[in-house]
Amino acid sequence: MTRKAKTTLWLSFSYVLLAIIGVFCVYPALWVTMSSLRVGDALYSDTIIPSALTLEHYTNLFDKYLFAGWYVNTLKISVASMIIGTVLTLLTGYAFSMFRFAGRKNLMSLLLVLGLFPGFMSMIAIYILLNQMNLLNTHLAIIIVYAAGAPLFFLFSKSYFDTIPKSLVEAARIDGAGHLTIFFRIIMPLSTPLIVFTSLMTFTGAFTDFIFAKLVLRTPEKKTLAVGLFDMITDPFSTEFTTFAAGCVLVAVPITVLFILMQRFLVDGLTAGAEKG
Amino acid sequence: MQQLAMERSGSPNTKRYSRTAALLSVLAMGLGQLYNRQYMKGLLMLAFYGFGIYTAVTRLPHALWGIVTLGETETKLRKVGKLYKQVMGDHSIFLLIEGLITVFIMIVFVWLYVIAVKDAYHTGKLREEGGKPNTFRQTMSYVASYRFPHIVLTIPMIGVFFFTVMPIVFMILVAFTNFTRENMPPAHLIDWHGFETFRDIFRIKAWSHTFYSVTLWTFVWAVLATLTGYFGGFAVALLVQQKGIRFKSFWRTLFILPFAIPMFVSTLILRNIFNGQFGPLNQYLSLLGFDKMPWLTDPMWAKFTLVLANFWLTFPVSMLMIIGILTTIPKDMYEAADIDGASAFQKIALITFPSVMHAMAPLVIMQFVGNINNFNIVYLLTNGKPVNGDFQFAGDTDILITWLFKLSMEQGQYNFASVIGIFIFIVLSVFAIWNVRRTKAFKEEDA
Repeated sequence: MTRKAKTTLWLSFSYVLLAIIGVFCVYPALWVTMSSLRVGDALYSDTIIPSALTLEHYTNLFDKYLFAGWYVNTLKISVASMIIGTVLTLLTGYAFSMFRFAGRKNLMSLLLVLGLFPGFMSMIAIYILLNQMNLLNTHLAIIIVYAAGAPLFFLFSKSYFDTIPKSLVEAARIDGAGHLTIFFRIIMPLSTPLIVFTSLMTFTGAFTDFIFAKLVLRTPEKKTLAVGLFDMITDPFSTEFTTFAAGCVLVAVPITVLFILMQRFLVDGLTAGAEKG
Repeated sequence: MQQLAMERSGSPNTKRYSRTAALLSVLAMGLGQLYNRQYMKGLLMLAFYGFGIYTAVTRLPHALWGIVTLGETETKLRKVGKLYKQVMGDHSIFLLIEGLITVFIMIVFVWLYVIAVKDAYHTGKLREEGGKPNTFRQTMSYVASYRFPHIVLTIPMIGVFFFTVMPIVFMILVAFTNFTRENMPPAHLIDWHGFETFRDIFRIKAWSHTFYSVTLWTFVWAVLATLTGYFGGFAVALLVQQKGIRFKSFWRTLFILPFAIPMFVSTLILRNIFNGQFGPLNQYLSLLGFDKMPWLTDPMWAKFTLVLANFWLTFPVSMLMIIGILTTIPKDMYEAADIDGASAFQKIALITFPSVMHAMAPLVIMQFVGNINNFNIVYLLTNGKPVNGDFQFAGDTDILITWLFKLSMEQGQYNFASVIGIFIFIVLSVFAIWNVRRTKAFKEEDA
């Protein structure tokens, strides 16, 4: 076999592999979309492609469940915790990156270790704390907790700010700019990838959390999408699989589109730690 | 020079501003500053001091009593006239948390107090040397420019403190109590129990057996989940980035789909796909004439399914990161290898792999740490099932963190859950600190 034939053979084989992996990746999404359009409410289906299509399950979500309300709740919570959480995270990263002060390294290690601690491990205490503050079953409680947890993941922003030349900041200081001016007028405009990455992570974190939201939000009209969807499928009396599938599609589509559009920033953000390793 | 200094300190004209200021500050925060003629600062501090002392006097004794005793009166029925009425006793858990918060606030207060004394001393020293103490305006501008990181960090730290540190300290303390569902406040009181729970976990057969088995599976799971995700992502990255493959960005976008779909949604979907009775996977198997597989109901298969599902969820992240790293490897290394007649395999093994490995090592360790605590996938996919009768409130696929969740949220065994929590915490911190301290981001070239 000539070298060329060999390469062609290997390339064709690669394409076959890529196609198989592609099917493997797409299948669950495809299957759930198909299920959401299928007539009936069972998990089981005789055929892979449904014989008759219906949008009934989507309308069901809005008629039988408070889906629209959940959507509004979720957006409210995610946007609010995204804004507060991102600002806090960036400021924390900035303080650690640009300044040297006593106890700095120990504080950093402490925060990193605390960040490993899954939030719900301490849920009982947070629950009682929120109870004392009269914040149970409110969205404010969730926003506070998400935003308060965000600065634990300051390392990405710190590594990013480390790459910004310090001389830039010093020059601005000499020109008489205050720290906040420097941060908002000089550092922020240079940090678009970081801001996008951090916002995306805090937004999706808040959008998809169900454990903590489930603990705090007690009444149906306060629920978020994640809690609503989780209850829908784990409720032993509910058999409406297809409605659940429709819910999945409506929840997943915006986040998925967001992730795919922001691909470039994701790669940058995810490897930020690695390149400095 | 020395003589001069002695003369100066010996002369009656020089006042010992620093000592007087410090002593006054010890007496009451702010007095030293007033003495140093920093009136605004002094008054503010004095007001803060009054507030602090007021809190200390009114709250601290009760807080300490609460922490030490965890409450003394139990809720019970008392005869009032002809009727029995329930009289509320002390709520041990509330006492503990309120006590903790008060004690922490007091520690911060004392810390600020010490700083104020030091400040008075230094300003006094400055005056001895003939300097003028800062005016209030000067102080404000000094704080704004030199204390900026402290001010900026205050808000996040308060948040971290109340919603992370305090709950963790609480959890650690719970491990030393007998807080379980059987003596749930407010109906009952909770007592300090020392190391009883720690001993029980190792001494009582059912607990120790569960603990060892679940720990073992947690580590096996973390290793398998990390390695499959990493090498799977690596292989796919190489496949996509090969010379001659067209539509690279199309393939890439296709493959990040599992990562882009919110994880809790896709895991719930996978759970239905693997459903043993009605799931599509078994349906196709039986169409092809195979037996149905017990994907989620047999211990071994459930573990396999878990790793498989996790692979599906995580290989895209590794792929994305590795593609990012691949583009940074200099092309001339491959050209040189070509000239030397290296095979494709040799190039991968000797150039690509070491470069990627070097860059990825810290991330892989962090992924491993994350997998030890990978609550979501286990909880959503199998929920620890199938249930194992030999285990104490755990199933075959439960890892430590989901076992902890079941113990506290479902079974109300809070003290046992806390002991497990402490164990996880120790294991994780060792890994994390060791890993983070190694990275350049932490070591700092310029410090």
